[in-house]
Amino acid sequence: MTAMPDTPDIPARPARKLDTARQRQARVAGWVLMGLAVLVALVFARDSAGMAVFRLSRPNDPLALPDLVVAAAPYNYFAAALLAFLGARQFMRGGMRWTSLSLGLGLFIAVTAFLVWATAGKAFSLTGMLQATVVRAVPIALGGLAGVLSERVAVVNIAIEGMLLAGAFTGALIGSLLGGWGGLAAAVAMGGVFGFILAALVVTYRVDQIIAGVVINLFVLGVTSYVSSQVYQEYRFLNNAPVFAPVKIPLLGDLPVIGPVLFNQNLFVYGAMVMVAVATYYLFHTRYGLRARAVGEHPRAADTLGINVYRTRYINVTIAGMVAGFGGAWFTLGSVGRFDENMTGGRGYIGLAAMIFGRWHPVGALAAALVFGFADSLQQKLALLQTPIPSEFLAMAPYIATIVLVAGLIGRARPPAADGQPYIKE
Amino acid sequence: MSERETEAGLAESLLRRAAPDRSEFEDLVIVPIFAVVVALILGALTMLATNVDLPTIGKSYLALVQGSVGSLNALSETLTAAAPLTLAGLGIALGFRAGLFNIGAEGQLLVGGMAAVITGFSFPGLPMAIHLPLALLAGAVAGGLYAGIAGWLRAATGAHEVILTIMLNLIAFRLVDYMLRLPWIQREGRADPISRSVLTSAELPRIFTWLDPNLRLHLGIVLTLAAVLLVHWVLFRTKLGFEFRASGAGPDAARYAGMRAGLLIVIVMACAGALAGLAGANQVLGVLGRATPGFSSGIGFDAIAVALLGRSHPWGVLAAGLLFGALEAGGRQMQVSAGVSIDLIGIIQALIIAFIAAPLLVRAIFPWGFRRAAKTPKE
Repeated sequence: MTAMPDTPDIPARPARKLDTARQRQARVAGWVLMGLAVLVALVFARDSAGMAVFRLSRPNDPLALPDLVVAAAPYNYFAAALLAFLGARQFMRGGMRWTSLSLGLGLFIAVTAFLVWATAGKAFSLTGMLQATVVRAVPIALGGLAGVLSERVAVVNIAIEGMLLAGAFTGALIGSLLGGWGGLAAAVAMGGVFGFILAALVVTYRVDQIIAGVVINLFVLGVTSYVSSQVYQEYRFLNNAPVFAPVKIPLLGDLPVIGPVLFNQNLFVYGAMVMVAVATYYLFHTRYGLRARAVGEHPRAADTLGINVYRTRYINVTIAGMVAGFGGAWFTLGSVGRFDENMTGGRGYIGLAAMIFGRWHPVGALAAALVFGFADSLQQKLALLQTPIPSEFLAMAPYIATIVLVAGLIGRARPPAADGQPYIKE
Repeated sequence: MSERETEAGLAESLLRRAAPDRSEFEDLVIVPIFAVVVALILGALTMLATNVDLPTIGKSYLALVQGSVGSLNALSETLTAAAPLTLAGLGIALGFRAGLFNIGAEGQLLVGGMAAVITGFSFPGLPMAIHLPLALLAGAVAGGLYAGIAGWLRAATGAHEVILTIMLNLIAFRLVDYMLRLPWIQREGRADPISRSVLTSAELPRIFTWLDPNLRLHLGIVLTLAAVLLVHWVLFRTKLGFEFRASGAGPDAARYAGMRAGLLIVIVMACAGALAGLAGANQVLGVLGRATPGFSSGIGFDAIAVALLGRSHPWGVLAAGLLFGALEAGGRQMQVSAGVSIDLIGIIQALIIAFIAAPLLVRAIFPWGFRRAAKTPKE
């Protein structure tokens, strides 16, 4: 037991320190916004000519909206001016009060300016891109959610990647044998199994949490790759699962823009939305969620109050595994119906980033996942528009933006206090 | 009775001199051997479960041994595969020692490799004594700078190094894809992304061709051994290494002791990146001779496992690198002569790490063999 003596003068200093950190953030945000303004004015506005046409509805939709037509050059000069204003505000007195809002708004304006520039003189389906955004965000959001659930009980979950891959593989295998629902159930169960294994390794056997995660990732990658090259080559019927078709929700699905984006998707999109909502409610509005967070912040105190630390960790990490298993099934049952070696391709790690980016909050993780999904679909759709920017740089953009945001804005985002530490009951 | 006891005591003290701590001895020698054996058995069970018959299993393990240590050529392949794993593993181990989790070895390796390739084909006519060190240096510097970005951001803003290095990895993949299509890098007359070939004066020379012209082992292994010694010296014999370890063991204590935490983070990341970059240079200058998309082939991620397996100790990393190199080389032979997919090696590697990392798990599964091994190490 190491008892820390109470020092009454502690609050004074961190408060001042916090203030300078916020000032620094405000300055950084100001420079970022000014830079964006220059970029928009010099690059986007200068050579955008004509009208940018954004299609919002398909012609045969019941409630068709007219196309959104924007005059490209004027819009971009306006956007640049707006960005410059937002940036300048940051340096004025009281600028730091709105840092996050300004930066968020600024990035949004910059993205629209970029879209207008890329579409100038052409037409582009905005709704199609947003729909793809949501679809691509699903596995990242579910991976991030799995991360939130386990890190809130102080178990670092590097194994998301492996759990996603296990879910994808099991979904394809069992889905081929028993049909879509059977495959989905098996994928969720398999994710849960790996969550349980992770919990057992780190809670009961006190393996270093990162090592345990790496081991699970390696193991799942090894097993799935081995089976797919050793077995699927011969028995192709084992790797041919049905795919969940999009289900249109009546009425809501007919709304323009929102309908196709949110209410005409497959099971996985709805599942992800529901799970994020349920997880938020669970973590922040129920007794069990409070207990789970207590275990993550101060396990000793939680234990003293009679909360079973080990059991709480087991349960939450297993649930996290199930969520990741569901997300993994998206790769096979939700899109192509066939398993390929290492088909998650690092999405689990991006989910981990989304979790940190979203400040260990389910909704934050979902929002971050949508940013990644947006960038992903933007890159694909922009290939059709033939912009002079190499597609590799477009693909990089979200990652660079993440670095800028994490470094400039979120800074010392605080993980759960006991994150990564094993708990040994006395 | 008392005589026997003193005898046991003598044996014990002798043993203690041989291996300073008994539990350490068990950790360092018995557990790894045990882990490899059990992992191989479980690997065989996996093969059985996927309809591979017993003779083929026997044949594949025979091939695994033959392909890794069975002949001069096999040894050469093992060492060739071990070199980059060890180099990148050393970098990650340095990070672990300083309390930093560097997932970015893959990206640093790619950037370092690209820099080495560009230097390698750019200066025709330079003598080898200048060109080769220059190319290696370019790789190390590029990798170091690339990792330095993450270190600097971590130190300056407190952004999480895991997220930074993941993002830098993803950026590096795209960057290499882009660079390989640049007209001055892409090979003439090729439409696919492939770089020009490294000039002979920048290639790491093969060192055992006087024994057999087919041996691929190149100077990189010497470089690797030198790096192991250097890292060991820095980590345990210099003030800087002490500061690395101190800030890893207790960041607050290190800061109160007057160590400059921010600067240390940047230095550690830069060193780790330089080692990973060197691993990339080692691959392109010694084995591949050019760069293609994804030429890192996951070495940076395997290196994480190598560093963990080697307990972040330079000699441990070397041993782990050799083991993984042997599995890699043997796995290729296994695929060729027994028709068993090389992915089996991935399973075996994961199991080995699992067993080594979880001594409690091993004791729980096999209580009998272990407690005895712990009490009477003579057996």
